[in-house]
Amino acid sequence: MKRRSFFKASAAAGTVLPLTLNGMGVKTFEDSPLLRSLGRRSADGKVLVIINLSGGNDGLNTLIPIDQYSNLSKARNNIIIPEDKVLPFWDKPAAGLHPKLSGLRDLYNNGLLSAIQAVGYPNPNYSHFRSTDIWMSGSDSSESWTTGWMGRYLDGQYTGYPKGYPTTAMPDPLAIQIGQMVSLTFMGPEVNMGMAITDPTTFYNLANGTTDPTPNTPAGNELAFLRLMAQQTNQYATVIQNAAAKGTNKSSKYPTGGRQPLSDQLKIVAKLISGGLKTPVYMVSIGGFDTHSEQVDSADHTVGAHGTLMQQLGDAIAAFQDDIKLLGLEDRVVGMTFSEFGRRVMSNASNGTDHGAAAPMFVFGKAVQNGVIGANPTIPSTVTVNDNLPMQYDFRQVYASVLTDWFELPAAEVKAAMGGKDFNTLPIFKANKASIEDYVDLVSRISLNNIYPNPAVQNAQISYFTESGHVKLSVFDATGQLVRVLKDEWHGHGTYVADFDVVGLRKGNYYIQLSQGEKRITEVLLVQ
Amino acid sequence: MDRKAFFQRIKSSGQDAVFAEEGLGGTPDVQGKKTLNRRTNTGTSAYTGTFGKAELMHLLRRTLFGVKVSDYNLYKGKTLEQVVDALLNVSSSLPNPPLNNYGNLVNDPNVPYGSTWVNAALDPAVEPYRKGSVKSWFWGQMLTQTPDIQAKMVLFWHNHFALQFLEIPDARACYVYSKVLYTHALGNLKDLTRAVTIDPAMLFYLNGRLNTKKAPDENYARELQELFTLGKGPNSKYTEDDVKAMAKVLTGWSINPLTNPFSTAFVSVNHDSSDKQFSSFYGNTVIKGQTGINAGNTELDDLLTMIFKVDEVALFICRKLYEYFVYYEIDDTVESNVIVPLAKVFRDSGYSIKAVLKTLLMSEHFFDTWNRACVIKDPLTQQVGFCREMELKFPNATDYFLLYQMYNMGLSFGQLTQLNLGDPPNVAGWPAWYQKPLFHRSWINSDTLPKRNQFTDYLLFIGHKVGTFTLLVDPWIFVKQLSNPGKADDLISDCVSHLLPMSISATQTASLKEVLLPGGIPDYNWSDEYRAATDPSDPNYSTALSTATVKLRYLLKSIMNLSEYQLS
Repeated sequence: MKRRSFFKASAAAGTVLPLTLNGMGVKTFEDSPLLRSLGRRSADGKVLVIINLSGGNDGLNTLIPIDQYSNLSKARNNIIIPEDKVLPFWDKPAAGLHPKLSGLRDLYNNGLLSAIQAVGYPNPNYSHFRSTDIWMSGSDSSESWTTGWMGRYLDGQYTGYPKGYPTTAMPDPLAIQIGQMVSLTFMGPEVNMGMAITDPTTFYNLANGTTDPTPNTPAGNELAFLRLMAQQTNQYATVIQNAAAKGTNKSSKYPTGGRQPLSDQLKIVAKLISGGLKTPVYMVSIGGFDTHSEQVDSADHTVGAHGTLMQQLGDAIAAFQDDIKLLGLEDRVVGMTFSEFGRRVMSNASNGTDHGAAAPMFVFGKAVQNGVIGANPTIPSTVTVNDNLPMQYDFRQVYASVLTDWFELPAAEVKAAMGGKDFNTLPIFKANKASIEDYVDLVSRISLNNIYPNPAVQNAQISYFTESGHVKLSVFDATGQLVRVLKDEWHGHGTYVADFDVVGLRKGNYYIQLSQGEKRITEVLLVQ
Repeated sequence: MDRKAFFQRIKSSGQDAVFAEEGLGGTPDVQGKKTLNRRTNTGTSAYTGTFGKAELMHLLRRTLFGVKVSDYNLYKGKTLEQVVDALLNVSSSLPNPPLNNYGNLVNDPNVPYGSTWVNAALDPAVEPYRKGSVKSWFWGQMLTQTPDIQAKMVLFWHNHFALQFLEIPDARACYVYSKVLYTHALGNLKDLTRAVTIDPAMLFYLNGRLNTKKAPDENYARELQELFTLGKGPNSKYTEDDVKAMAKVLTGWSINPLTNPFSTAFVSVNHDSSDKQFSSFYGNTVIKGQTGINAGNTELDDLLTMIFKVDEVALFICRKLYEYFVYYEIDDTVESNVIVPLAKVFRDSGYSIKAVLKTLLMSEHFFDTWNRACVIKDPLTQQVGFCREMELKFPNATDYFLLYQMYNMGLSFGQLTQLNLGDPPNVAGWPAWYQKPLFHRSWINSDTLPKRNQFTDYLLFIGHKVGTFTLLVDPWIFVKQLSNPGKADDLISDCVSHLLPMSISATQTASLKEVLLPGGIPDYNWSDEYRAATDPSDPNYSTALSTATVKLRYLLKSIMNLSEYQLS
């Protein structure tokens, strides 16, 4: 039996065997650092591609709640996608994708897309810089961490890096990040665990051993020499060049090179993976999402700045996934998108949107459970400029799912990578114990029956139904800040009424959220 | 993947310089060198074109170790001649000597902690510490240079009249040698050559002190011709007999170890007082043999007169100056249009170093755009230059231990990157300044290039910590002196025009902008952050300050990691 598959089997079974290694007895799975590291081999060859949508993507025009169109039109009439142009999910027609995301729609139809609604974090921060750091580090909004979630994961996997690296076991970069010099994502406790490459051109040049043309002058001559030396002295240049030389692209779906940076980046990533580069994580990025103005073309809302980005995003992911499949790599590769925040529910007068809070994330690849996790956000009938979508899921749940269900990390190590906190996983991957169907069922087994009066002036009565278990009834304001916890205790199966005193609260929309375990349901209450 | 498509994108980015199309000039060879299709005919006539920021920065980059913003401000608005005169008008007072910075480690019975040891008796127990002291001090002198050409010229002459401190068994002599360099750096070449010839450290290094009538030692006589005055070119035609004769002229010079510090002595009984016949290369000159206490001086003067009559001396030195200040390639056009006229100026002035430098630095050739940004910085220029550009705050002068520790850190990085100040590899100096075909490219290899980048990264992000002191760049010192750092485009273009000798492409600029404004978010995000970071009364002050500082470090790092930063 091949050694690797033997350990794979043990890891999956979680059994404690009196294994011997080179004649030495090894105790338990947990006790032995050696076995732990061997156990990691079951994640060998798995790759994660992170796509950073830089600037804050307008989630409401990306993953569109078709059943909220009346209120949505009221809130953002000057940018809303015409309802008949939205691409509905074939099995969940209450929600759909931006018309230019046909690439993602096709992935969904082929069972390769997981869409997660309203991902955010408590007490959202609206600063690009802070929120980006929060997403990259995985910290709470009130904390400032200097390490990244992937940095901590890689630090756990490759102890001692960079001392002694590259090794025979790991001759390749631990992570490759294109663009974003200041990115926290791969920052480990001591050093940056990843290799940063400024842009696709540099990446291309590195992979092919070329340099940009320089002027035909003495300075140009010396510059060409220096750039060549810089490339050659990159300790990973050889392995990258070898992988690029060995690798290939098989998809015809990539747009012409040099025009769409995201496609260009993903094309090189696919080539390197096919060429045998062992790097487990890549991060690529596409910018331009900070659409404060002219988000859409006023004559045709499906096109314009955001529409172009949606086209590029969808096409790039579709081409990449197609390539991965043709290259026979689909069992080994998944990708995910993230953005530092979503955007405001209400559009502004410049045909754009301002910084928001929760927004959808996409995870794609053969290993995902195809579907939409979470309910459509509830759009209030009277939206003010301050209103934001409340979160349904914490982005760290998505990270925890990646670490647990894709990289097969033991729970204790997932917790360490997440900075010492527990986050329940979501049914994103097929390997997850829950299924989306369970989630849908779970969601439907609790309900907020009635909130009366609504609008409320002095108080409101919230009637709700729940299964037996620990139940939390929380109130968030329109910006997503937690305002009050009405209930946080065990309930028996049944219907209940909670009293919510609104005297003293600022006027506006509030989100009443009933949650039990992962079940979550939200309704809007207007306070006047 | 279509390579051309990528390059199309770059070409359309509006880069100003001429691109090497596949037809013109060919593709770069393995060293990135292309056959240049045209050369330049500019010569030594005074430059009369625009003398603006680009020209002034070009001049300062080549004549100073890095350019501080205040250096630029000092000279801006002046005419070219005013600037060159000011650069050449160096102080005649010598720098303060190296100190006992080691008193907390070992007791120097003759020298209090913080006092200079250069006049104290030789003491084997502390000699290694004094050697470390003089080397660190030497690096410190480069760092604390005044905004003139003196430090660059001291390095030039140290490389030219090379010796190795670690081979001199007396640190005091190393200091005396440095005094010779400082005294004569912008003086007269004959005087400098004379002073070096009888300098105690040089007498030790090239065995001059062992050169006696009974057993002449030809070492110095050979190097004096081959390395110090005539060179090895086709027109340097001294003979072996010339070497022998010259050795005889120089017999009798010695070191008096009993003085404090040890000094030059002339021992007349060791001097060969015969007449010395030289070859036709030297016009068949006979140097009359002398006796007595002044024999050495008289014959040395005659010797120098003879050598400096040869045209090749000025040509050789001017070529070295050209390679140091302009470029390492001297083709026939440059030789006839620049080197020959410069050599004539040198000779006609009686070998005034200032005269030849003034002509060179004011010439149309020096300011020819062809000759800009083409010098690969030597490690001292790259490292000391960085410290000066960033105005890195070193410990107080009174904190001798810490200060010299920091100087020693700089010295060590120089060693790691192939320029061990005070200790060139051999008497020929550093190969970057003479060795065909690489010349200054020999500073750059798979070991030194990453280390050069590590130096700037280290001082930008980690800092060098000794005790409670950390030597770390404060990016605000540099940034706050720029014209409009709150505006992202201005901040980037000012940084680029100050720190880089050539413009960069739109793609490169966009990458730099990504550091301040990731994802193409609007410029006001940086302006707002900058404002909050510089206003202590702003409610977001501390967060903004912390984030903005990190961004500035990354911006500067990104610029210093560009290949363009290695050029001057």
